[in-house]
Amino acid sequence: MTSPPRRVTGRAPVPLVVFGGLGALLFIVPLVGLLGRTPWSELTELLSSDTVLDALRISLVSSVAAAALSVVFGVPLAWLLSRGSFPGRGLLRAIVTLPMVLPPVVGGAALLFALGRRGLVGEPLYDATGLVLPFSIWGVILANTFVAMPFLVISVEAALDGIDRRYEQAASTLGASRSHVFRHVTIPMIGPALRAGAILAWARALGEFGATVTFAGNLQGRTQSLPLAVFVTLESDRDAAVAISLVLVVLALMVLLVLRDRWWSRP
Amino acid sequence: MRSLVFTLVLLTGCGATSGDDGQDHTVLVFAAASLADVFAEVEAAFEAAHPGVDVQVNTAGSATLREQILEGAPADVFAPADPAAMDPVVAAGHTVSAPVELARNTMQIGVPADDPAGVRGLEDLARAELLVGLCTVSVPCGALARQLLANAGVEPAVDTEEPDVGSLRTKLAVGELDVGIVYRTDVIADDRLRGVDIADAANVVATYPIAALRPGVARDFVAFATGPEGRRILVEHGFGTP
Repeated sequence: MTSPPRRVTGRAPVPLVVFGGLGALLFIVPLVGLLGRTPWSELTELLSSDTVLDALRISLVSSVAAAALSVVFGVPLAWLLSRGSFPGRGLLRAIVTLPMVLPPVVGGAALLFALGRRGLVGEPLYDATGLVLPFSIWGVILANTFVAMPFLVISVEAALDGIDRRYEQAASTLGASRSHVFRHVTIPMIGPALRAGAILAWARALGEFGATVTFAGNLQGRTQSLPLAVFVTLESDRDAAVAISLVLVVLALMVLLVLRDRWWSRP
Repeated sequence: MRSLVFTLVLLTGCGATSGDDGQDHTVLVFAAASLADVFAEVEAAFEAAHPGVDVQVNTAGSATLREQILEGAPADVFAPADPAAMDPVVAAGHTVSAPVELARNTMQIGVPADDPAGVRGLEDLARAELLVGLCTVSVPCGALARQLLANAGVEPAVDTEEPDVGSLRTKLAVGELDVGIVYRTDVIADDRLRGVDIADAANVVATYPIAALRPGVARDFVAFATGPEGRRILVEHGFGTP
C-alpha cells in the first residue's frame, strides 16, 4: 500500500499491444475525425456567440451540481446497498443502476411522468408549492443526477465491499461512535473510489443529452446545455456544432487528465 | 434514440440490399417525424402490393435526416417536411429523379384536451405564465411556427424549443406544456390534443417533397406514395394532396 506499483519495463506481449492498440484506435479515430472537421480559422468567433457561452454556463452549473448531489445522496445509498440488511436489497441495487442501461430518452420520459406538472409526485408538488421542475435549470440538474449517480454508487459500493473491515471494527472497539467510524475511518479508506466515482458522475452529466431534452426541454439560456446546443446547431450550422463539440471534448479531457494525475494514480 | 436507430440501421446494413437475383428487397425510407403515422400505413399497403419487399421507415426531424443522408446514410427514399431540407440532398447528387410534391399540411395551435389555460388564439402564446413550446427553428415545424407568429405580430414567451414535432406533441398531450404550435395532422392523430385554428391570413402551408435516392423499387415506392393509394392514406390523416 505504501510503494507505488512499478511500471512494466521491457517489451510488452505482442497480443496485448495488438488488441490494446486496436482498442485505442476506436477512441482516437473519431477524435481525429472531429479535429479534421473543426473550422480552426473561425473558431474564436464561433465560440464567443451567446449560444455557446450560455450553454457552457448551463453545462458547468448542472454537471457540477449533479456530481455534488450524487455524492450527497449516492454515498449513503452505496453504504445501505453494501452494509444494510433489508429485504429487496438486490432489487434496489438493480433499480439504482437501471439508468446506466436505460436509453436516456426513456429515463427522461419516466422522469416527466413522475415529476412533471401532471406527474405522480410532480402534481402534488405543483399544487402545494407551484414548483414546476421541467423546463427549468432544476429539471436539467435532476435529469443529470438521474443518469450520473449510478456511476458513483457502483464505484463507492464496490470500494465498501472491498475494504478490510477490521479497521472499522477496531475503531468501534476503541469507543468510536458509528457515525464517527464512518466519517473518520470508512470515508478515508474509500477515498480514491469516491473521487473516481464523483468524476465519472460529473463526466456522465456533462455529456448528458437524451434525458435532459426529454425532461427539461431545450431553451437557450435556461435549459440548453452544450450537448443540446450541439444537437440543435448541427442541423443549421455544422461548423458551430463542431466547434461546440470541441469545447466539450477539451473541457472533459482537461478535467480527466488533471484529476487522473492528482487523484487516481495514488493507490 | 434517433442516433441509436441510425446506428442500428448502419450496423445491420439495411438499405439498397440486393439479393442474389439482383432484385431489391429492402426500401429504407427516411421520413419527417410528422409523417410517421402515414408512412406506417403506406408501408403496410406497399408491402401487401409488393410481396418480398421489406419497407423500413426511419422517422426523425427533417434536418437530422438530411444530415444523415449527406453523411452517407444508406437511405433509399427521402420525404422531409420542407423543401429546404430536400434541396441540399438534391444538390449533392443523392437523388435519382427530381423531387415531387407528396402532401401539404397547415399549422394549428395545439393544447392539452382539457385546455387548462383556456387558449383562444395565437396571442395566448405571449402569456408568460403559460408553459409554451415550439419546435426548434432548424426543423420545419419550428421555422413555420416562427413565420406565422411573425405574420400575426405575436412575440411568444417560449419555455422550450423541442428538437422535433413528435416530442412537442407528446409534451402537449400529457399536459406538461399549456400551448404550442403543431401540424393540423398532429391534432387529428392524437385524442389527447385539441386544436385551435389559426386565421388564414397568418397561417402558413407546409409542403412535403419526396424523392427516390436509388433506382428500382425505391422509385416504385415514391410512385405508390404519390399515387391514388398513397393519397387516400394522406387524406385520411388530414393532409392536403397536390
